[in-house]
Amino acid sequence: MNNKTIEQTEAIIVDEFSLFDSWDDKYEYIIDLGKKLAPLPDEFKTEENKVKGCQSTVWLTADYTDGKVYYRAESDAVIVKGLISMLIRVLSGHTPDEIMNAKMDFINKIGMTSHLAQTRSNGLLAMVRQMKHYALAFKAKEGL
Amino acid sequence: MKTATLNTTHTFDIEAIRHDFPILNREVKGHRLVYFDNAATSQKPQEVIDALVYYYSFLNANVHRGIHSLAEEATAAFEATRDAVKDFINAAAREEIIYTKGTTESINLVAYTWARQNLQEGDELIVSGMEHHSNTVPWQIVCEEKKARLKVIPVNDNGELLLEEYKKLLNERTKLVAVNHVSNAMGTVNPVKAIIQMAHEQGALVLIDGAQSAMHLDIDVQEMDCDFFAFSSHKMLGPTGMGILYGKRALLEAMPVFNGGGEMIKEVTFEKTTYNELPYKFEAGTPNIADAIALKPAIEYINKTGKANIRQQEDMLLAHATERLREIDGLKIIGDNDHKVSVVSFVIDGVHPQDVGILLDNKGIAVRTGHHCAEPLMSRFCIPGTIRASFALYNTIEEVDLMMEALNKAVRILR
Repeated sequence: MNNKTIEQTEAIIVDEFSLFDSWDDKYEYIIDLGKKLAPLPDEFKTEENKVKGCQSTVWLTADYTDGKVYYRAESDAVIVKGLISMLIRVLSGHTPDEIMNAKMDFINKIGMTSHLAQTRSNGLLAMVRQMKHYALAFKAKEGL
Repeated sequence: MKTATLNTTHTFDIEAIRHDFPILNREVKGHRLVYFDNAATSQKPQEVIDALVYYYSFLNANVHRGIHSLAEEATAAFEATRDAVKDFINAAAREEIIYTKGTTESINLVAYTWARQNLQEGDELIVSGMEHHSNTVPWQIVCEEKKARLKVIPVNDNGELLLEEYKKLLNERTKLVAVNHVSNAMGTVNPVKAIIQMAHEQGALVLIDGAQSAMHLDIDVQEMDCDFFAFSSHKMLGPTGMGILYGKRALLEAMPVFNGGGEMIKEVTFEKTTYNELPYKFEAGTPNIADAIALKPAIEYINKTGKANIRQQEDMLLAHATERLREIDGLKIIGDNDHKVSVVSFVIDGVHPQDVGILLDNKGIAVRTGHHCAEPLMSRFCIPGTIRASFALYNTIEEVDLMMEALNKAVRILR
């Protein structure tokens, strides 16, 4: 259960990032988030859950409880892990419809646009897409 | 424009050299660019940039067919590069210089023409365990098609080829050996002369992937006695999209054509087409005229600077970087040997290469992280990838120290 809307959480993250004067501080914060992200149990680190990119590996899994999607993920690279941690904070605990309609503007607003590049197949964009796929799949399954 | 000049003591004026490369003045993330990704592609001196602009501003015409002045001038400039390349690698004749898109296309050309024509079921090809994917995949494709076998020269812990093992792989079924002159992932210089001689004793041909060596080492294809030599313009100060395949004339003459189209024909009827002479038989269609023309000033820049001087600068940077990297606790150099050129590749305990790459980029420092298109080599060392710094003639000791400062900080934050 997430008692804030996706937009509200996004706004909070943008506010938090506005406190940083430098890129160094932003990255230190993201690295810190990455280190704090709860590790994914080994049983979930399967080929099926793998979002394999050119440089680092991401494992992403999702559960569906009471109409809300909950994500868990991990990566072997800590900055990626920090970025995922923010995505989970924004999207987890929302309905499939809310997730599928999320604009995720905060990524641009905190200056992480470069991580959205199409060429980074495990960049933020690919992760957001994968998270939305989960939402769509849960919704489709429910409709059956 | 000030240009780099040599003095008699064989040192060069690094400031003048840097001045010739305009991109070195730009900033990245608020810092002066430190470009250490030269093994991926080198930066371009003003002469090369000017040649491209000049071509499109004053010379643009299709080559070889027009009777008008522009076409003649463009053709002369286009063909002048072929002579410059011939001298650059000391080929016996200009007809042995084939223009391609780059090293990858050069290798594919040989795979799709020579190998397809000459390989039979049960034949064997040898590559090494430190090849770029572009010198492995084309051979895998043709081996699968022809039911031939691909064998691999193993690599030792120091990132060197095991010549004793190579010797055991050679036999009367070996038709071709394809190895790189210098490893893109580690910088190891391979003993190509010995490799070629051993292959020839078994009657096998040898293709040398010179993508990483052409900029740094003296290349003499006749002395080396390789049968094919492939390299790219963009890794040696020239434009992208332009490469060279050198082949011994008799081999090229006997090889079937690669692409069909204009330029490569002598006579066309619907019953039969006869093909053009070398080198045009392999150059179908309107070629990459501008980039071919602009390769010549790149070669001239290397020649006037002198490869010995270039190596001296790069060796100094490599030695300094290697020494300073060893200060970092838990750092391991991949390819730790004493015959390397321009490249240092490493991993650090508890730190992912991608994280280091992002944090260095944040300081304006461009390094390469990942598997360097050499996944089998990464598997050999049981690592997902490395951090690779690769140096060029315009890099400085101060830049290496900047990288070290950023690297030390990155490791501190990431661990």
